[in-house]
Amino acid sequence: MKTTNWNNYPHTDATIIDASNDEALSNILSRTTSCIPRGLGRCYGDASLQSHILSTDRLNRFLSFEPITGTLTCEAGVSFAEILTFFVPRGWFPPVTPGTKFITVGGAIASDIHGKNHHRAGTFCEHIESITLKLSNGQISQCSLSENKELFHATCGGMGLTGLILQATFKLTPIESAYIKEEVIKAKDIDEIMDLFEASAPFPYSVAWIDCLAKGKQLGRSIMMRGGHARLENCKGLKNPFLLRPTKPINIPFFLPDALFNKWTIKSFNALYYHKKRTISKLMLVDYDTFFYPLDRIYHWNRMYGKRGFIQYQFVLPKPSSCEGIKKILNKIGQEGKGSFLAVLKLFGKANQNVLSFPMEGYTLALDFPLTDDIFDFLDRLDTIVLDYGGRIYLTKDARMKDTLFSKTYTNLSRFLTIKKEWDKAGKFQSMQSKRLGIL
Amino acid sequence: MARVLILGATSDIAKALANEYAQHGYDLYLATRQSDRLDPDIKDISIRYQVNVKAFEFDATAFETHASFYNELDPQPDGVICVFGYLGDQKKGEKMFSEAHKIIDVNHTGAISILEKIAADFEHQKRGFIIGISSVAGDRGRQSNYLYGSAKAGFSAYLSGLRNRLFKSGIHVLTVKPGFVATKMTASLKLPPFLTAQPDTTAKAIYKAHIKKKDVLYVTGIWWWIMTFIRYIPEPIFKRLGL
Ligand SMILES: Cc1cc2nc3c(=O)[nH]c(=O)nc-3n(C[C@H](O)[C@H](O)[C@H](O)COP(=O)(O)OP(=O)(O)OC[C@H]3O[C@@H](n4cnc5c(N)ncnc54)[C@H](O)[C@@H]3O)c2cc1C
Ligand SMILES: NC(=O)c1ccc[n+]([C@@H]2O[C@H](COP(=O)([O-])OP(=O)(O)OC[C@H]3O[C@@H](n4cnc5c(N)ncnc54)[C@H](OP(=O)(O)O)[C@@H]3O)[C@@H](O)[C@H]2O)c1
Repeated sequence: MKTTNWNNYPHTDATIIDASNDEALSNILSRTTSCIPRGLGRCYGDASLQSHILSTDRLNRFLSFEPITGTLTCEAGVSFAEILTFFVPRGWFPPVTPGTKFITVGGAIASDIHGKNHHRAGTFCEHIESITLKLSNGQISQCSLSENKELFHATCGGMGLTGLILQATFKLTPIESAYIKEEVIKAKDIDEIMDLFEASAPFPYSVAWIDCLAKGKQLGRSIMMRGGHARLENCKGLKNPFLLRPTKPINIPFFLPDALFNKWTIKSFNALYYHKKRTISKLMLVDYDTFFYPLDRIYHWNRMYGKRGFIQYQFVLPKPSSCEGIKKILNKIGQEGKGSFLAVLKLFGKANQNVLSFPMEGYTLALDFPLTDDIFDFLDRLDTIVLDYGGRIYLTKDARMKDTLFSKTYTNLSRFLTIKKEWDKAGKFQSMQSKRLGIL
Repeated sequence: MARVLILGATSDIAKALANEYAQHGYDLYLATRQSDRLDPDIKDISIRYQVNVKAFEFDATAFETHASFYNELDPQPDGVICVFGYLGDQKKGEKMFSEAHKIIDVNHTGAISILEKIAADFEHQKRGFIIGISSVAGDRGRQSNYLYGSAKAGFSAYLSGLRNRLFKSGIHVLTVKPGFVATKMTASLKLPPFLTAQPDTTAKAIYKAHIKKKDVLYVTGIWWWIMTFIRYIPEPIFKRLGL
């Protein structure tokens, strides 16, 4: 079956194996072919692609829930959307969530995902109590901070390369409503937004949308959105503080023609967005869907970029060099006339122990570029800046990084390889990405 | 709280039905062979919908156990959905009667054996509903699967008679005739996507038909048109077709 992930690049023809089918799973693991787990395909690239895919679609059962502590055990294919549907009305929220709810628990662990609360809550894996893993020798193993610790740290952020995550146990966060108290603030340039991030440290959630096409004195002009879960007393006008008002999703049914996507559409979109969110320091009550998942409202927004797809480029720079490095990158984008619809800026908290984890203390910027003939060379030039400033690129957003950059920026690679050798002796778990990056 | 008994609960359609009824607040009795296989599903459904779910051992062809199986359910269910079925191997069945026998026993005899006991109880109490999953294959015998088709035809005729009998007792009997559904049963077949329903849409359609007290449901609806057309092909022509 022709398979591709969220950014429509690259494509591959894959045999899909139902990971909930024990027989099929044992069968593939006993053969010489390699394979890779895949959840909802929301990564931007080839991390969950290769010719044999273990689909966790049907590994989607909740297995236990402890209503006093909020501890949930579920199969790896359970999506965040399902967790929200069933647990928000009972007063629980995922401890960390990305910008879409259509991802699986397995995918969240394998990418060691972060959310708008990284500076306070760390990554999703920092809330995991234990993981049940199907290893390449067919055996099932548990790992956690107290059991098979090395395997645990390699599996969290390990991009599916240590084995198939079958189940996980983690704690949900208690909430008093389905709403977020949000503040929206404009910043006129990069220095101002960075000051704002520092000042926003006490807020549970913070993120900024940055206008990549603003130049000169306006370089880095942006809008910060910050907030926290609304308390019961904030929700007085609402009949049921856990109920969302239904809104109609917008659908983009077809791929937009590539020609539609030029600098001018981006420019007008960016300017529009910047001016629309005019409210300065005004408090609003928004539902969690609006605050966390604005893009999920537009089904298949990825089709806006046309059939060829797009590349998302997300990097992080250490805090001391963040300001200079990001200015340099924004200038480069401006100079070369490359636009980005979405550019999201966030200040990370401290890095964790997970071997291939992406976040480190500093600023991360995520940019979208439509796939054009010259985009790869251009991104190679951005890579040089990222390398120079001591940063790295997020593996779950990567479809094109060179192995040399990877090994220079993920300094724990050799430790990862040692652990992988120990638990995946036969090297069964491989993706197009792991082959490209030389994680063998 | 209303309680529904699902027979053949490991089937993919049955699992979707269990979710659908639990979502509408029903407690569940899930019956199947090797019912411990249902453990994770029971946990899942109870966590999602906060209803009571219990599993029971049940074999459709162990006719002699059916009375005690039903009598041991306490409290007794408010409705039953008979989902189990066996597609079998037509070619094998033509050569070996044991295969043909099994196809008839599971789809027809087994269903009658258990549903007669339940019907008698519901009739006595003057309440309850009975849903039987038959098949479009029972609407006309074809060379490719007439053993299964004839068993399902018998089951459909049985349900129609049962509906007639129980109507005056206020018991609703629904006959469900799926066309193609993407399940374990059909996993090895190449089904045309536009004629193939998913288990969860099938379950939703069944619940809706139950609430609307429909007598016969084709899922998806297009199968009514297809089967009506097929039924009207004159036999002299039909026998020459390679269906
Ligand atoms: C709109 C949008 C916004 C996003 N925002 C964020 C964000 O804010 N922060 C962030 O961190 N990420 C973000 N992401 C990325 C996304 O969270 C990750 O790519 C996530 O891993 C996708 O999960 P998935 O279930 O779709 O997995 P896939 O995309 O299918 O797979 C991703 C990786 O996980 C592995 N994997 C999946 N399931 C298993 C399993 N059961 N066992 C072992 N390995 C497995 C795969 O092999 C692959 O390496 C965003 C993505 C989108 C589309
Ligand atoms: N899928 C289709 O396209 C389609 C079309 C028309 C009608 N149907 C009907 O829909 C119903 C559900 O089928 P499905 O598609 O969901 O297929 P399925 O997943 O293969 O389910 C068949 C079920 O019947 C059970 N069963 C078989 N023999 C049994 C016995 N002796 N005692 C108890 N249970 C027994 C099986 O249990 P085990 O797990 O123990 O084997 C299994 O759970 C069946 O009646 C089928 O005929 C299906």
